[in-house]
Amino acid sequence: MILPALFFYLFASVCVASAVMVIASRNPVHSVLFLILAFVNASGLFVLMGAEFLAMLLIVVYVGAVAVLFLFVIMMLDVDFTQLREGFIQYLPFGLVIGAIFLAELLLVAGGWVMNPNVTKSITAAIPTNVSNTEALGLVLYTKYIHYFQLAGMVLLVAMIGAIVLTLRHKVKVRRQDINVQNARNPELAMEVRKVATGQGLQDADAGSWVK
Amino acid sequence: MAEFWTSTLWPLIIMVAQSLLVLVVLLIAIAYILLADRKIWAAVQIRRGPNVVGPFGLLQSFADLLKFVLKEPVVPSSSNKGVFLLAPLVSCVLALAAWAVIPMDLGWVISDINVGVLYIFAISSLSVYGIIMAGWSSNSKYPFLSALRAAAQMVSYEVSIGFVIITVLLCVGSLNLTAIVAAQDSKWGILGWYWIPLFPMFVIFYVSALAETNRPPFDLVEAESELVAGFMTEYGSTPYLLFMLGEYVAIVTMCALATILFLGGWLSPIPFAPFTWVPGIIWFAIKVMFMFFLIAMAKAIVPRYRYDQLMRLGWKVFLPLSLAYVVIVAGVLQFGGLAPK
Repeated sequence: MILPALFFYLFASVCVASAVMVIASRNPVHSVLFLILAFVNASGLFVLMGAEFLAMLLIVVYVGAVAVLFLFVIMMLDVDFTQLREGFIQYLPFGLVIGAIFLAELLLVAGGWVMNPNVTKSITAAIPTNVSNTEALGLVLYTKYIHYFQLAGMVLLVAMIGAIVLTLRHKVKVRRQDINVQNARNPELAMEVRKVATGQGLQDADAGSWVK
Repeated sequence: MAEFWTSTLWPLIIMVAQSLLVLVVLLIAIAYILLADRKIWAAVQIRRGPNVVGPFGLLQSFADLLKFVLKEPVVPSSSNKGVFLLAPLVSCVLALAAWAVIPMDLGWVISDINVGVLYIFAISSLSVYGIIMAGWSSNSKYPFLSALRAAAQMVSYEVSIGFVIITVLLCVGSLNLTAIVAAQDSKWGILGWYWIPLFPMFVIFYVSALAETNRPPFDLVEAESELVAGFMTEYGSTPYLLFMLGEYVAIVTMCALATILFLGGWLSPIPFAPFTWVPGIIWFAIKVMFMFFLIAMAKAIVPRYRYDQLMRLGWKVFLPLSLAYVVIVAGVLQFGGLAPK
């Protein structure tokens, strides 16, 4: 029992500390790196709870893909720190409102849990013990919650298509390379053998016609 | 106290000892794999390769190690020092961490977890951070461009690797690496492994593994004709050594993963008497070496891709191909009555 407890406190404390550092650090890239550390520690907590599949998915999806793109964008931004601080007072009320909502929700959850420890059991399905984690998830995800699952997939698909449509620009002047056209070229298409008369060269009318 | 000893401390000691054993064997193997890489490369170009230190140059990697360790590490004054020194550690530690779940023989695995293949996939998707951190913290143009390239390249090819893994999982019905190998055990030996029914996926996995580990012909991250040494430009001595080590460990991990997914892990290729007496670890090592030989040959004979062609290959060729194969395999398994229970 000691070892899991030890690891729990390790993961939890590092997770909370890095979450604090996400907002406290001045450099936005450091913030994202701390965010990644928080994700990794959260997945460690998932492993301790026995949700190994979720833990790995958290790393693959959030850390391996989402956070990489996040970091990608933030690294490219030319952030001016003084300019960032100028709007601080302006955004303060908005931030306070969101913070207050979060606090109220957390208090509700914690309060409900303290008053009635069995409350979580009434809304969640019992954890099956005889099948592996992945199988258990699959069994409910593709049967009971199939509509929600498909709906989430559709939302993501629409979002993806929307993002592509918004950013796709076809510039007319850019020379594009079509690999099929390139592979289809052969000597007959690409070259032309001309007899050039000595001392005369190619006539003007012919010049440029060999460029295909 | 006695209970604490048997329940907590002793398993911990065993696990540490196992990890150390794997680490030492792996690092020595990496030293010779690095040498083999250089020798194969040299042989293709009709050169001798390293042949001075020790007989046939066998001690070359250890000489290189000493040289790297004894040099002075230089940290650029305008770099972000903490991240700069953390980056090589991240890349090396993550690469080594993947070996915790790789079964080298039946039961020869430090941690036989249920989601082993997903764990390796997660670790390999994390390895891009070493490169991004190095590229950004160097505060220099070439490393930064390299970091941007690495981020896009590795995210792209992870997608097709994911689908390759899914096809194998469909056939096995488990994410456990030991179970994946066990599912390929049949009386046909080498003909029963997944490389035959899933041959297109094997090819896609091989090419994606090259791209995922930044090996030529996909080494645009460290393309010396464009980006000096890419993200490693500002590094020297031990930090550079750690990057190099991490890179080769990641390559061998990919070879081991290919061995487990497609080449039957520790199983003997010919399933009768004299061949089945050979310990599984030897078959495993031979298969990993074979995969590494393929990767080394790709470096020697294929010219570097252009970046837009790399992206085209990942998104427009491999993604639709692997997606189609997932659907085909799933359909055959379901309607052919072959699906694992």
